[in-house]
Amino acid sequence: MTSPALGAALDAIPAEPSTAQLKRELHRAQLRKRATAIALIAPLMIFLLVTFVAPILILLKRAVENPEVATVLPKTVQAMGGWNRNGTPSDEAYAALAEDLALAKEQNVAGVLARRINTEIPGARSIIMKTARAMPLQDAEGRRLKPAAARAALIEIDEQWGKPEYWQVIAKNNSRHSPYYLLAALDMRQDAFGNIERVDENQSAYRYIFLRTFTISLGVTLCCLLLGFPLAYWLSTMPERKANLFMILVLIPFWTSILVRVAAWMVLLQAEGLVNKSLMGLNLIEAPLELIFNRTGTYISMTHILLPFMILPLYSVMKAIPPSYLRAAVSLGSHPFAAFWRVYVPQTYPGVGAGALLVFILALGYYITPALLGGTNEQMVSYYVAYFINVTINWGMACALGALLFVATLVLYGVYRRFAKIDVSMG
Amino acid sequence: MKLPVQSILFAALASAGAAHAAEFTVVNFGGANSNAQKAAYVEPFQKATGDKVTVVEYNGEMAKVKAMVEAKKVSWDLVEVESGEVGRACEEGLLEKMDHSKFGKKEEFIPAAFHECGFGAFVWSTVLGYNADKMKNPPKSWADFWDVKKFPGKRGMRKGARYNLEFALMADGVPTKEVYNVLSTKAGVDRAFKKLDELKNHIQWWEAGAQPPQFLVAGDVVMSTVFNGRIDAAQREGKNLAISWAGAIYDLDYWVIPKGAKNKDAAEKFIAFSSTPEAQHNYASKIAYGPVNNNAFKRMDYKMLANLPTSTNNVKDSVQQNLKFWTDHGEELEQRFTAWAAK
Repeated sequence: MTSPALGAALDAIPAEPSTAQLKRELHRAQLRKRATAIALIAPLMIFLLVTFVAPILILLKRAVENPEVATVLPKTVQAMGGWNRNGTPSDEAYAALAEDLALAKEQNVAGVLARRINTEIPGARSIIMKTARAMPLQDAEGRRLKPAAARAALIEIDEQWGKPEYWQVIAKNNSRHSPYYLLAALDMRQDAFGNIERVDENQSAYRYIFLRTFTISLGVTLCCLLLGFPLAYWLSTMPERKANLFMILVLIPFWTSILVRVAAWMVLLQAEGLVNKSLMGLNLIEAPLELIFNRTGTYISMTHILLPFMILPLYSVMKAIPPSYLRAAVSLGSHPFAAFWRVYVPQTYPGVGAGALLVFILALGYYITPALLGGTNEQMVSYYVAYFINVTINWGMACALGALLFVATLVLYGVYRRFAKIDVSMG
Repeated sequence: MKLPVQSILFAALASAGAAHAAEFTVVNFGGANSNAQKAAYVEPFQKATGDKVTVVEYNGEMAKVKAMVEAKKVSWDLVEVESGEVGRACEEGLLEKMDHSKFGKKEEFIPAAFHECGFGAFVWSTVLGYNADKMKNPPKSWADFWDVKKFPGKRGMRKGARYNLEFALMADGVPTKEVYNVLSTKAGVDRAFKKLDELKNHIQWWEAGAQPPQFLVAGDVVMSTVFNGRIDAAQREGKNLAISWAGAIYDLDYWVIPKGAKNKDAAEKFIAFSSTPEAQHNYASKIAYGPVNNNAFKRMDYKMLANLPTSTNNVKDSVQQNLKFWTDHGEELEQRFTAWAAK
C-alpha cells in the first residue's frame, strides 16, 4: 500500500530510460558526430568534386561525344533514316543535304563538319567545303531545287556524292554519341555497317603506344625500387641528425623544377656531355655512348626524377620497423642475411607497395621527360594526348586516349588493392 | 612625284595614333624571330603611333585560341600562325575575316600572302643545314642527305610527317616542283615511307626550332632539316653553319586576328605598318625571312638576297608547302608516321 507522499516522491525520480529510448539517443549522438565530421571535410570534398571528379567526368563524356554530324546535318540524318547503307540514299537525302549545308554555310559551321568527316575519309574536308560554298542550290528562277535535281546538282559539284562512302560515314555518325574515338584509340574502327574491324596495319599505332607506356612505367618502377630500397634502408638506420642531412640531399632535387632537371640531363648525357667526356677521358670507351634520345636516356632521367617518390614512403615505413625484430631473429640463430630477407623485408611490403604504386602511376602520365629526352620510340600516351589537344584540336581523340589511360590505371589500382590485402593477411 | 601608298599610310598612322593610344597584344613564336619583330615592327610602331604593344610568346597552340574564342574572353589581338593553322582555324570560325585593302595595294604583295582569315607575315623555308666546319665536301641535295656512305653521321629531322615525306621523295629522284603531285597518290606516300626506312636508324629527331642548330654545332648530327632563319641567327653569332638551298620547301606565316579580339583596329594598323617596304626591309635585315611586299626586295643588296627564301636564286629549286594537301591529309599521315616511328 503506497501512500500519496511516497507515490509523489517516486514520481519525482526520473524513470529508468528504456532500451528503445537509449538506442534513439545513441543514434542521434552518432548522427551528430557524423554530421560534424562531414561538415569538417565538406570544403575539401567540394573542392575535390569540382576540380577533380567533375573534369574527369567531363573528359569521359567528351570521349564518347560525336555531335558534329548530328547537329550540322539534322535533316539529312533524318532523311536517311531508312537507308540500308548500300549504294546511295534517296533523292530526299540529297535535297536535305543541300538545305543543311546552305544553313551551315550561313552559320559558318561547315568547317567543323568538314574536319570531322575528314578524320574518317582523308580528303573529304576540301570536298565538303567546296560543296558548302556552292550552296544554296537554286534553279534559274532562284527557287529551291526538287530532290531529283538536287541529286544531279550535288553529283555535278563533286562525283564523290554519287558514291556510297560519304553517305555511309554520315549515316554511321547519325547519333550524338559514338564509340568512334574510343575504338580509334585502340586501333579499331567501324565499317559502313557498324561492324568493328581493325585499322590498317600501317596506321595502327595506339596499341603499341599503350604497351610502350606500360613497359616504360614498369621499367622505371623497378629501377626506382632497386635504387631506392637500399638508400631508404641506409637512411633509416642512421641517427636522426645525419639522416636529416642526407634527406635534404634527396629533397632538394625533388623540389627543383622538373624542366631544369631534364635540361641538366641533356647536358650530361649528350654525345659531348660530361658523362661521355669523362668516360672517354678515363679511356674506358672509344666512341661516345648513345645515352640520349633513346630508351636509356629516358629510363635514367625518369628514374632520377621519380626516385624521391619511392624513397620517402619506404623511409617512413622503415623508420617505424623496430630493430629489435632483426636482433631477435639473429639471436635465435638465423644468419643475418637470411634474417634480413625473412624478417625485415616482409615488414617493408606496405612501403614498397605504396612507393611502387606512386611511381608507376606517375610514370604512366609522364610527358615532358620522354618528349625532351626520348626518341620517337619513347613517346608515351600523354604526348599524343597533348598532340591532339594542341595541334589538331581533336579533343574527342585526346579525351578517348585519356579515358583509356584512366580506366587502365583504375584497373591496375584495383588489382594492387587485391594483392596488397593478400600480403597483409600473410604478414 | 608619285607618293607611294605606304608613306601616306605611315603618316596617317602617325597622326591617327597621336589621337588615342591603344594597347594590344601581339603573339609570336619567340626566339630570334621575336627579337627581329620587336626591333623592326614593334618599337617603330610604338614610336609612330604611341600605342602600347605587348609581345607574348607561344608555341603554336591553337587550342589556346580556340578556348579563348569559345569562352568569349579573347586577350590576344594579333597572332602569328603557321600556314596549316590559318586554314583550319578559319574554317572553324575562330578567326576574324581580313580586309586586305587596309594593308596596301593588291599588286605589291605576293599572291600567297592573301588568305580569307589572314595576311602573310613573312616567308620562311625548311632547308638542308650543315656544319661547314665539319664538312669539307658540302652536301648539295636531298639525295646527299640520304647518302650515309658519302656523308657518314647522323641526320636531324623534324619529328612528324610534314616536310620529311617531301624530302624523301626528292631524295628518291622526284623533281622538286612535282613532289606534291606524287605525294597525293597512295603509291607516292608508300614510296616516301620506304625511302625514310633507309635513313631511319641515322635520324635524330627534333621538335623545337632551336634544336637543329644546337645539334649541328655540338656535332651530334652532320646535317639537319632546319628553318633557314635559325641558321641565319647562328651565323650572326659566329657559328659556321651553312645551307643548301636545293629542294627547299618555303611557306608563309600569317597574321591572324582571333574572333572577338578587343583591339581589332589596332591590330590591323599594326599589320599595315609591318607590311610597308621600310618595315619589311628592316625586318629582313635582322633575320633571313622573306618579305611579302615585293617593293622591299628593291632595297636589298645581293648579300642579303642570298639568304632569303624567295630571292630569285633560292626559289628556283624550291616548292611552296601545299597547304591544301596537308590540311586534308595531315591527320592521316601523321598517324601513319607515328605508327612507322614505333616499329
